[in-house]
This record gives sequence, C-alpha cells and structure tokens, in this order.
Amino acid sequence: MTAHPSSYEPKSGIARWLDARLPVARVMHDQFMVFPTPRNLNYWWTFGGILTFMLAVQIATGIVLAMHYVPTEADAFDSVEKIMRDVNWGWFLRYSHAVGASMFFVAVYIHTFRGLYYGSYKAPREVVWILGVLILLLMIATAFMGYSLVWGQMSFWAVTVITNLFSSLNAIIPGLGTTLVEWIWGGFAVGGPTLNRLYALHYLFPFIIAGVVVLHIWALHVPGNNNPTGIDVQSSRDTVPFHPYYTIKDGFALVAFVLLFAAIVFYAPNFLGHPDNYIPANPLQTPPHIVPEWYFLPFYAILRAIPNKLLGVIALMSSIAILFFVPWLDTSKVRSTRYRPIYRWFFWAFVVTCVALGYLGSQAPEGWYLILGRLFTAYYFAFFLLVMPLVGRMEKPSALPGSITEPVLQSSEGSRKLAPAEVA
Amino acid sequence: MASPDIPVNSPAEDDELTRRDVMLIVAGGFAAVGGTMALWPLLDQMNPDASTLSLATTEVDVSHVEPGQALTVMWRGKPIFIRHRTDEEIAKAKDAPVDDLPDPLARNANLPDSALASDDNRAAKDREPWLVMIGVCTHLGCIPKGQAVGDYRGEYGGWFCPCHGSQYDTAGRVRIGPAPENLAIPPYKFVSDQKIKIG
Repeated sequence: MTAHPSSYEPKSGIARWLDARLPVARVMHDQFMVFPTPRNLNYWWTFGGILTFMLAVQIATGIVLAMHYVPTEADAFDSVEKIMRDVNWGWFLRYSHAVGASMFFVAVYIHTFRGLYYGSYKAPREVVWILGVLILLLMIATAFMGYSLVWGQMSFWAVTVITNLFSSLNAIIPGLGTTLVEWIWGGFAVGGPTLNRLYALHYLFPFIIAGVVVLHIWALHVPGNNNPTGIDVQSSRDTVPFHPYYTIKDGFALVAFVLLFAAIVFYAPNFLGHPDNYIPANPLQTPPHIVPEWYFLPFYAILRAIPNKLLGVIALMSSIAILFFVPWLDTSKVRSTRYRPIYRWFFWAFVVTCVALGYLGSQAPEGWYLILGRLFTAYYFAFFLLVMPLVGRMEKPSALPGSITEPVLQSSEGSRKLAPAEVA
Repeated sequence: MASPDIPVNSPAEDDELTRRDVMLIVAGGFAAVGGTMALWPLLDQMNPDASTLSLATTEVDVSHVEPGQALTVMWRGKPIFIRHRTDEEIAKAKDAPVDDLPDPLARNANLPDSALASDDNRAAKDREPWLVMIGVCTHLGCIPKGQAVGDYRGEYGGWFCPCHGSQYDTAGRVRIGPAPENLAIPPYKFVSDQKIKIG
C-alpha cells in the first residue's frame, strides 16, 4: 500500500502461519496501528472515523429492520408502525436508523467542507477526493431510497417528484423520458413495483458504499493524510503513529458525536423528519408543500431556482457533479485555506451559501425567496467556476511554516515536554 | 493483438493477421455480444409487467356528474380528471389564443401528435362540456388542485399545482409556471351518453 516498509512481526506460531498465507494482521498493523500520521491533525479530521462508525450503525440497524419490514404497497406503512409499536426495541432501532441517516449527513458534510478548506483534494490526493464524492452520491441515492420505504405521504411524493426529474429528457428526445421513468417505476405511476425495487436497491447500496470506503482509505494511505498546514510531511518528526494518538482522538470525538446522536434519538426523534410522513401514502392527493429531508434542501433549492424543467434538473445534477472537478478547478499552489487570505472569504461565503440554500429549499419558491434562491445558486456555481480558478492564480498566499512541526511547537511553548514525537 | 511472447502457428510478420488473432477477436466478440444480450433480461424485468399492462382499460359512469362538477377516477395508477364544464368555463377556454399558449399542442392521445391545443381538440369529441385528462402535473408529477369544491384553481379557473405553482386553464392547458406541457389526455371514448371507456 505505502512506501514505508512493514514493521509487523508475528508474535506466535499461528500468527506466522497466517501471515505467510493471508497477511491481514500485517495490513491492520501497518495501516491502522503504526501508520505515520501528521502530528497536527485537529478535530475536523475525526469525521472519517465517525463516518465509518455511522455506516456500520446504518448497516446493522438496517439489517434488523429488514427482518420486520414488508415492502408492499398495502403493508409497508403498517409494517413500519408495527416495528414502532410491537417489535421488541423496534422504536429504538427505527429511530436510530432514521436519525442515523441525518447524523451520517451531518458528518459527511463536515468531512467534505474540511477537505475543501484544507485543500485535501489537491495533488496527490485527487483520487481520494473523487472516491469521496462518489461515496456522497451513493449516500444520496441510498438515503432517498430508504426514505421512500416508509411509504408515507412525503415518501410517496418525494419518489414521484424525484423520479419525474428524468421525464425532463422528453425535452431532448420526445418519449425517452417517459420510457425511462416507466422503466424505473415498473408501471405507469409510482406504485408497488417501485417500492419493491427501491427496497432491493436500498439493501444493496450500503455494501457498495462500504466497498468504495475501502478504496477511499486505500487511496488515502498511499500519500498519507493531509494536515491543517497543507504542507507535506518531511521527516518522522512530523508524524506520530496512528495508534494510540489518533485512535484516542478519534474515539473521543466519536463519543461526543454519539452523545448528540443519542440525545436526538431519545429526546427528539422526529425533530428532523416531516410530520406528513406519518400519513399513509395517497396517490390521489399531493401534500400542499412537498419538501425533502433537510440534507437535500440545498440541492432542492437549486432545482427550483431555475424556471425551466430540463435546465433545473441539469443544474441539480451539476451541483454535485462539479465536485468531481474541484482538484483541477482550484489553481492555487497552496493547499490550506489557512494561508490563503483572499480565498478564505470566498470559502466562508460558500459555506453561508450552502446553509442559505438549505433554508430557501424549505420555503415556498415565491417572491424574495425565489430571487435569493437564484442569487445563491449563482454564487454556488461561481465559487467553483470563477473563484477557484481565478483567486488561485491572483492571490498572494501568506508565508507557510517551514514544517508541520514548527507551528505545533510554537503554539505549545511552555508545555514542550508534551511534544510526543520528541519523546518517541 | 497477439502477444509477442506466444509462438504463433505460422511464421508471420508482426502486423499480419494470424489464425490466433482471428480466434481471439471472434472469441472476444462472441463473449461481448453474448454478455450484452444476457444483460437485457436483467434490465427489461424492470419494465411494467403483464399484470400492470392488463389494467389498461376502465369504464366510468358519468351520468350523475352535473355541469360544474368533477369526478376523479384511477386508471393505470394515475388519477383521471373528468370535468363537466359550465358554459362560462367553455367560453373562457375558447377565448384563449392558441398561438400564445406555452404549449401549443393538444397532447390528446385520440388525435394526431401535431393537433393544436384549441378547445375543440382538448374537449371530448362532439361533447364540448366534457374534459377528460390525466390529472398529473407535467412538471414533476404532483396532482393539481381544482377537482374538489373550494379548491384554489389559479388565475385561469382550471387547475393549480401546489408543488411548484403551475396553473392550468379550463381546457387543462398550462398557462403559468414550470410545467412544460398541457395536461395529457388519455385514449378514451364515450361508449354511451352515460359511460366513458378510458384506455
């Protein structure tokens, strides 16, 4: 995997026997125990571990929920209610799974913004970033399909609206969109066949995500972690072994994250959901105000900002697809935004834009909301297409530190005895 | 194509097609075509199945629908809007100049695709008060309001889609909003004065 030589020494006969046949213990030791990790990683770096944990939570709770859920038009909604009322611990498992999806997105958005801020997508980590965007896309698809399974009013109409996005292809080739949508539905409208296939794919996708996560970590372990300074590791003085330094740090962050997760599951499990999804799906009545789950709201606002159906769909797709090109759109020689005095303002304006689009996505697209939605949508794309290429060329970065270790020791002067790399 | 490490059957120039090359191309081509064809059942199984297709016609009794009233029935899992229009509603629909409509086509499955969206081409044949349409907004598939008494029907008095604000007139033609097409008209006919056969 990496250039550094393996330091694994099998300690027993069985370990030696296995190591010669399947060196799985060697890989774990080299990649997750002694793996040299920059000594200055802050708490924004703990979300990778949190995300891995959340994926495991979703798969574990999902598998047990699948033992009770019935994916048919007639029984889906009732089986979810049965899980809530009759199944032992069903309420806990379902709330954990539903709130877990939200927490998963909280973590993935923080993780993505961290990568954007510290330039973790820049060479030589482009493939790490691209695989990350792929995971985000798969998560979006999985969450959407999972939400449909409840078969409440919001589920049903979200599926209707989102699958109908493909009918916009009728504007390019008449009939193509309709053919495609009826293929997705397995009928002439969203119905039983649609629910059944979304269920099958919702079960499959998390395992595809797990596979891409392995590739994501593999690609990360080739160059190693980026760090808050964005400068490369120069010597072993700049790194500490992953264990115990980052297992402890990631573990502490995970405990804090799970506290928040548990607080929502136990005290406000429906806070992030929409009450209309407790009304069984009714194909004859559209709810007065269809909104997606909170984590899709910025994309929904972009879709609605464009008055043309096909162009709206193209803008929606582009808003995610554009992330794939970030490694080449950003022309800056410096990775970390910490040393980019001008770009920093544009970056935080982008964060504000994403939050604002999220708010606008929850409001009816009328009057000022629509105008603001268009302005923020324009900035969303301008950030990638104008700010990244141009500011990177024009800006004069502030002075970079000589090494990763230098600012670490400066900021901890007076408590130098704690600097671990020197002890080690 | 041939790997230089593998001895070939007949002495040949590097750029000459050998027996081994031909076999490789034929075998590879066979596998590619066969593999692609084997994918088709995996994809086509998702299309509407026989039981879904067999629900293709519905008969509706409309004898109790008075002028100004509307009826919603299901056909192929979609709502069908049947409206018995008043004289005033017909007059409003006839007043609209077809050239100014966002979608100038009738979208009527009983007429040629090129038929224009005049009120005659939208209403039932020889039964002008009757309008029969698929009640699915052509934007993103919501069900427009306007069938029930007291529903908001938009500025043109037809239907109003609550999702993204599309508005349809009293002939079901889109007048305002993101919807790209007029409400679609399914294949149907009056089998008697009281009965409509849809599909």
